[in-house]
Amino acid sequence: MIENDLAINLARAQFAFTVSFHFLFPAFTIGIASFLAVLEGLWLKTDKGVYANLYRYWLKIFAVVFAMGVVSGIVMSYQFGTNWSVFSDKAGPIIGPLMAYEVLTAFFLEAGFLGVMLFGIDKVGRKLHFVATLAVAVGTAISAFWILSVNSWMQTPVGFTINDVGQYVPAAGWWDIVWNPSFPYRLVHTVLAAYLTTAFAVGAVGAWHLLKDRTNPGARKMFSMAMWMAALVAPTQIFMGDLHGLNTLEHQPAKVMAMEGHYESHPDGAPLILFGVPNSKEKRVDYAIEIPKASSLILKHDLNAPLAGLDTIPDKDEPPVGIVFWSFRIMVGLGFAMLGIGLWSLLARSRKKLYDWPWLHRAALVMGPSGFIAVLAGWVTTEVGRQPFTIYGLLRTSESAAPLDAPAVAASLLAFVLVYFVVFGAGIVYLFKLAAKPPEAHEPAPDDSPIRSAGITPAVAVLDGDHEEGAIS
Amino acid sequence: MNGIDLTVIWAGIIAFSVMVYVIMDGFDLGIGILFPNFKVGSDRDMAMNSIAPVWDGNETWLVLGGGGLMAAFPLAYAIILPALYAPLIAMLLGLVLRGVAFEFRWRDPSHRARWDFAFTAGSVIATFAQGITLGAVLQGITVEGRAYAGGWWEWLTPFSILTGFALLAGYALLGCCWLIWKTEGALQRQCYSYAGRLGILLLIAIIAVSAATPFLETEYFSRWLAYPGVLATAQIPLATMVITVLFFRSLSKRKEAAPFFYALGLFGLSLVGLGVSMWPDVIPGRITIWEAAAPYESQLFMLVGAGIMVPIILAYTAWAYWVFRGKVGSDGYH
Repeated sequence: MIENDLAINLARAQFAFTVSFHFLFPAFTIGIASFLAVLEGLWLKTDKGVYANLYRYWLKIFAVVFAMGVVSGIVMSYQFGTNWSVFSDKAGPIIGPLMAYEVLTAFFLEAGFLGVMLFGIDKVGRKLHFVATLAVAVGTAISAFWILSVNSWMQTPVGFTINDVGQYVPAAGWWDIVWNPSFPYRLVHTVLAAYLTTAFAVGAVGAWHLLKDRTNPGARKMFSMAMWMAALVAPTQIFMGDLHGLNTLEHQPAKVMAMEGHYESHPDGAPLILFGVPNSKEKRVDYAIEIPKASSLILKHDLNAPLAGLDTIPDKDEPPVGIVFWSFRIMVGLGFAMLGIGLWSLLARSRKKLYDWPWLHRAALVMGPSGFIAVLAGWVTTEVGRQPFTIYGLLRTSESAAPLDAPAVAASLLAFVLVYFVVFGAGIVYLFKLAAKPPEAHEPAPDDSPIRSAGITPAVAVLDGDHEEGAIS
Repeated sequence: MNGIDLTVIWAGIIAFSVMVYVIMDGFDLGIGILFPNFKVGSDRDMAMNSIAPVWDGNETWLVLGGGGLMAAFPLAYAIILPALYAPLIAMLLGLVLRGVAFEFRWRDPSHRARWDFAFTAGSVIATFAQGITLGAVLQGITVEGRAYAGGWWEWLTPFSILTGFALLAGYALLGCCWLIWKTEGALQRQCYSYAGRLGILLLIAIIAVSAATPFLETEYFSRWLAYPGVLATAQIPLATMVITVLFFRSLSKRKEAAPFFYALGLFGLSLVGLGVSMWPDVIPGRITIWEAAAPYESQLFMLVGAGIMVPIILAYTAWAYWVFRGKVGSDGYH
C-alpha cells in the first residue's frame, strides 16, 4: 500500500512537472501568434516598415517557443495513458473525442500553416502569408478551446452516465458536455491570461531596449502596444477572474474554501484573509491578517452572508489547503501588479512620457515573467483545488492511476526532469539571446532559420561551418 | 446508421493515421538517423532544410493516432500504454530532443554539433522505440480484467528488438529516398549509394519479421496460411516482391522521385500485412476492436469531425508540401 502511494505520488509529480513546463509555452504562443497576426495585418494595411520589422523580430522568438510547445505537448497526449490508464479507460469516451477534435481542428491547422508562416513569405506572397499567420493564430485559440473544455469537464462533469464497465459515457448530448458549467469562465480567464503573459513579456523586451535607447522605433512600438494590452486586459481579467471564482464557489465550494483559507464556517459574514499561514493540522490559519466580512462581500455581495468552511467537507474530500491558498495569492497579487503597470502606463501616455520614464520601463522589465508565474499559479490553484479527484466528486486521483511500479515512474520522472531542464533550459537561453538584440530598422527575415541560413548569408553559413569544425577538433 | 459498424470505421481511421504517421514522420526521422553521415556544412543544412517546413505537421499524425486511440478505443489505450511504458517514454524524450534541434541548431552555431547529435540520437531512439512498440503489440500483451497485468520488461524480447531494427532500416530508407528526390549534387549521390544497401537491409528485415510473425500466435498462423484465406494473403508478399524489383530498377535508372514512392509502397504493404495479422483484435489474442470500442455516441460525434476535418487537413497539408516543392538547394527551396 505504501509502495502504491509512492508510485501514485511520483506519477502526480510527473504529470505536474510535464504539464507545468508545457503550459508555459502555449500560454506564450497563443499570445504571440495573435500579436504576430495583428502586426502583419497592420503592415498590410499601413505598409509601415516598423510592423514588418517587429513581425520578423517576434517570428524568430515564436519559432523557438512553438517548437518547445509542440514537443512538450506530444508528451502530454501520452501521459494520460502511460501513468493514468484507469482514468483514460473510464473518461476516454467523453474527453477522448474532445481531444480528438483538438487535434483535428487545431494542431493540424497550426502545424500545417507553420511552415509557410516561418519560411514561405517569398513563395506565397504577402496576402497568402497573412492567411497562414491567421491560421496559426486561430489554431492556437481553437486548441485552447478544446483542451480547456476537457479540463473544465473534469472540474464540473455533466451530461454523462456510468455504463456497466464503469466508464463515463455521454448521456445528454455533446453540447452540454463541451459547454459544461465552468468552461466559459475558464476559457475566457485562461485566454486573457495568455494575452497578459505575452503583453508583459513583449513589454519587458521593449522596456529593456528603451532603457538602452529610447529612440529605437521598434522598441517604442512594441512597448506601446504591450502597455495598451496591459491597461485594457488586466482590469478585464480581474473582473473575469472574479466571475470565475463565483462559478467555482457554486460548483466546487471546497476549492474556494481552500483558496480563502476558511477552515471554519462563518454563519454571519466571513473575513477575507489577506495573508497568513494555513495550518491544516490545527485547522486554522496562523498569523492571519484579515478584513472582517470582506470575503462574504466578494463572494456573496453581502457583508453578513453565511459562508460554509472546510469543516462541512469530510477530511478525505479536502484539497491540500496550503498549496491552493498560496498559489491563489500569488496569482491575485500579480494580477493587481499588472493592473498597476497598466494604469501607470496610461498616466505616462497621457503626459506623453511613455518612452521617457525609466522607472516605468524598469518596472515593466521586472514584470516580464509575471504572466508566466501567474498562469502557473492559477493552474496550480485550479488543479490542486480539484483534488483529491480527477473527475470532481466522482473519480479519485488515487483510483485513476495506471498499474504503476514506483521505480519505473521514478526513473521516467528523473529522465523527464533531466531532458526538460537541459533542452528547455537551452531554449530559454536562446530566447533571451534573441530578445537581447534590439529590433533593427531593417530587421532581417529569420535569416538564420532553416531555409535561408545558407542562402541569404552564405558567408555566415560557411563561417559557422568552419567554426563548428573548429569546435569539434 | 443501421448496418454500418462505426467501430470498424474507427479502426480504419486509426490505422490510416498510423500509416500516414509512419510514412510522413518516417522520412524525417530517417533523415535524423542518417544525419551523422552527411558532411558538416551545406549538406547537413540542406537535409535539415528539406524537412523543416513539414516535420511538425508530420508529427501531428502521431498525436491523432494516440488521441484517436484514447477516444475510439479507450480500453486499448489504457492497456497498451502502460504495457509499453519504457519504450513510449523513451520515444517521447527522443521526439523532444530531435524536435527542438530543428530550431536550436540555427540559434546556437557554436553548439551546432551538439544539437545535430541530439537530432540523430532523438531520431534513433524514437524510431527504435516505435519499432519495439510494434513488435510488442504483435507478440501479445498480458491482460487481466481491464488492465495491463504484465511486468515492466514484458515488451523486451528478441522479436521486439528485431522490429526495432527493422523500423530503423525502414525509416532510414525513406529518409534516404526523400533526399534523393529533394536534393542534388554530392548529397544526392551519397543517398543513391545508401539507398540500395538500405533497401536490401529493409528487405531482410521484412522477411525476418514476416517469417517470425505466424509463429507468435496460432491465430496469426491461420489468418495468414489457412486455405482459402492464403489466396488473398499471398498477394501481399507477391506485391512486395514486385515493388522491390521496381524499387531497385528505379534506383539503377537514377530516377529521382520514384524510389521514394516505391519505398512508401513497401511500408504500405507491411502495414497491410500487420492489419491481416491483427484483425479484428486491437490487442492480439486478447481484446477485439468491439470490446475496446467507445460507445456509439462518442464514435459518431468524432466521426462527424473526422469526416469534415480529415479531407480539409489533407488538402492544406498537400498545399504546404506544394509550396515547398522542388529541390532544396544549398540556398533553401528554389
